[in-house]
Amino acid sequence: MRRLVPGLTLSLALAATLLGCGNDDGRETVTLWAMGHEGEVARDVLVEFEAAHPDIRVVVQQVPWSAAHEKLVTSVVGRSTPDVSQLGNTWIAEFAALGALEPLDSRVEASTAVERTDFFPGIWDTNVVQGETYGVPWYVDTRLLFYRTDLLERAGYDSIPSTWAGWKASLAAMKSKLGPDDYPLFFPVNEWPPPVIFGLQNGSTLLRENDTRGAFAERPFRDAFAFFVELFEDGYTPGVANNEIGNLYQEFSRGHVNGFITGPWNLGELRNRLPAEQAGVWSTSPLPGPEPGVPGVSLAGGSSLVLFRNSARKDAAWKLIEYLSLPETQARFYDLSGDLPARASVWESPTFQSDPRLAAFGDQLAHVVSTPKIPEWEQIATVVQEHAELAVRTGADIDSTLSQLDRRVNRILEKRRWLYEHGKLASASHDRAIETLQSIGLRAGTAGGGR
Amino acid sequence: MSRLGYQNGSAAVFLAPALGLLLLFFFLPVVIGVFLSLTDFDVYAIGNPGTARMVGLANYQYVLGDATFWKALRNTLYFVVVGGPLSVLTSLGVALLLSHRALRLQGIFRTIYFAPVVTTLVAVAIVWRYLYHPRYGLIDHVLSHFGISPIDWLGDPNWAMPAIILLAIWKNFGYNMLIFVAGLQSIPTELYEAASIDGAGAWRRFVHVTVPGLRPTFLFVGLTTMIGYFQLFAEPYVMTQGGPLGATRSLVLHMYEQGFRWWRIGEASTLAVLLLLITLVATLVQLGMQRTRKTNEIPRTAGPAPRGDAA
Repeated sequence: MRRLVPGLTLSLALAATLLGCGNDDGRETVTLWAMGHEGEVARDVLVEFEAAHPDIRVVVQQVPWSAAHEKLVTSVVGRSTPDVSQLGNTWIAEFAALGALEPLDSRVEASTAVERTDFFPGIWDTNVVQGETYGVPWYVDTRLLFYRTDLLERAGYDSIPSTWAGWKASLAAMKSKLGPDDYPLFFPVNEWPPPVIFGLQNGSTLLRENDTRGAFAERPFRDAFAFFVELFEDGYTPGVANNEIGNLYQEFSRGHVNGFITGPWNLGELRNRLPAEQAGVWSTSPLPGPEPGVPGVSLAGGSSLVLFRNSARKDAAWKLIEYLSLPETQARFYDLSGDLPARASVWESPTFQSDPRLAAFGDQLAHVVSTPKIPEWEQIATVVQEHAELAVRTGADIDSTLSQLDRRVNRILEKRRWLYEHGKLASASHDRAIETLQSIGLRAGTAGGGR
Repeated sequence: MSRLGYQNGSAAVFLAPALGLLLLFFFLPVVIGVFLSLTDFDVYAIGNPGTARMVGLANYQYVLGDATFWKALRNTLYFVVVGGPLSVLTSLGVALLLSHRALRLQGIFRTIYFAPVVTTLVAVAIVWRYLYHPRYGLIDHVLSHFGISPIDWLGDPNWAMPAIILLAIWKNFGYNMLIFVAGLQSIPTELYEAASIDGAGAWRRFVHVTVPGLRPTFLFVGLTTMIGYFQLFAEPYVMTQGGPLGATRSLVLHMYEQGFRWWRIGEASTLAVLLLLITLVATLVQLGMQRTRKTNEIPRTAGPAPRGDAA
């Protein structure tokens, strides 16, 4: 016991110092959680923020992506949320449903720094759940086509055609130049984005009746799904998962697979991983659309900054969000992290316009839509992937596969239907989705009629 | 009588901390788990507990009618029934080799064979994914010398579970091997000598000395391996994420996804309760098998005659 006492006193003193150090200079301390690489570079852009706001101190906590979701949910349940956090924009609906996020509409309205119209509309829309805005886009990503330019040229094309039919013809031409075990494309069958993207391109809303039932057996998605499955049947992409092909970059370098749909993170990966003499053999292209004049939309991805409802320093925290949204900060953040800026005005600078691979992303970002903004979406996406894999691997009948998919999805959404029928949910999300689709020139709701 | 009561009282005082901890960290969670399995607690309920509903046995009804559950159960049983015995036999075989008198440097071999047990599975998985690769993998390369065309180990729904079993055996056999080595050392060498003098060859010595001598070890290894194999999770989680076509989705992986990916806590709790019941039944069956085997053998192992009750 005698030995214990000094130790105890020491640790108490230490704890007191640690607890006290936040307030010893009278500044307000705002905590920011940032994931992965963003967490590493965020500090560098915050130096200027702290210089401009001598009364605010920002503590950045770096959270690895693999643990981020669980840590965030745990912090919500345990009421130990930070003031501000980076949040993958597909997670916003979930945390809004948890009641963890502060609605930002009035703050955005009053702000001069966060200029709503300067953000890519499809990206902004991912932050709006049931009619309320819960996040401000920090950086964006979307998926488009990465391809081998040398193979495309050998097949007699100088760019990726802009319609499904034209694209398919180019795939056939490329396939004819390849051996039986090599492919012009690679869509891993364990990933959900390709079939979902084609569905969205064809005007499917994926879900119906205020996101309480699946709309996968309906015409727009059904036709897109058939197009997707044909790409496998015609031998343009191997029907395997991404853990079955070893190293994707090696396969791409060796010409075993010659194209894939993926995001901006692979710009850097390909630059680093391909041998120097192959630096010029690949490029990126916006996705083809189903018909002439209909842009091929892609997914609105990226991360937003959110303010937690439990925060005791919302005004200071909002200043931080405003600062990170400024075009100058966004440009600087791109230099540090390589993350694509969320504001369209930043994209006008030569940095983005002079690099065609990057410019393709700018073009694609004008045509992005969000997936249904409900907490169940990620689970639904996996079920979509499972059924796509089933159709590809076993050649199962498309219509019965999609009816089965709708039944699975309807079961997942049972709780949501109940909440909706008992007036525990507002009904704005569906109309919003249609509005967004229309705002980017897509014939939502009418799709399928002409096909 | 009162003395007994006093003894019980002081025993209770000494046992209280342990019992309290057990109650708090074992029984209470089980009770809460059973309770949650009767609700539809989900992501909406985390935000607003008012939206949770008592649903009675609806979760059980749904899970028992869900093809994904039965598939996961089939996969798990496949893993337990095929992988369990193979794993135990591998451990036993290696333990026998290691205990052979002719073997030098036993310590080094023991360490080598134990190494996979303490290696991080994630690191191991990366290496094994390459071993299983149909184009570059070592395994298919070796098989091709015997005229066997490449097998898509992790991509073919028929081969994915055997691939997981192979990995699991390689990863885990070292642990049981050590227990068998200890078990072998506890068999008195006199028995072997006596058997040799009676003219028993290596095989008969194994069947009539080693196997009966290892019986308690078998019971322990068999039970822990079976219970452990029912908990199959990490291997498919890092190797296949349950694919291809759900061929390697185990019950625990299914439960994890329902609970911590989709926050369907009610359904995940239902799965946990069902897995508990299944494991319990399987354990009782195995214990029963061991007991009948023992009863059958009583006439043969005519041990020392039971001493009469002297008192």
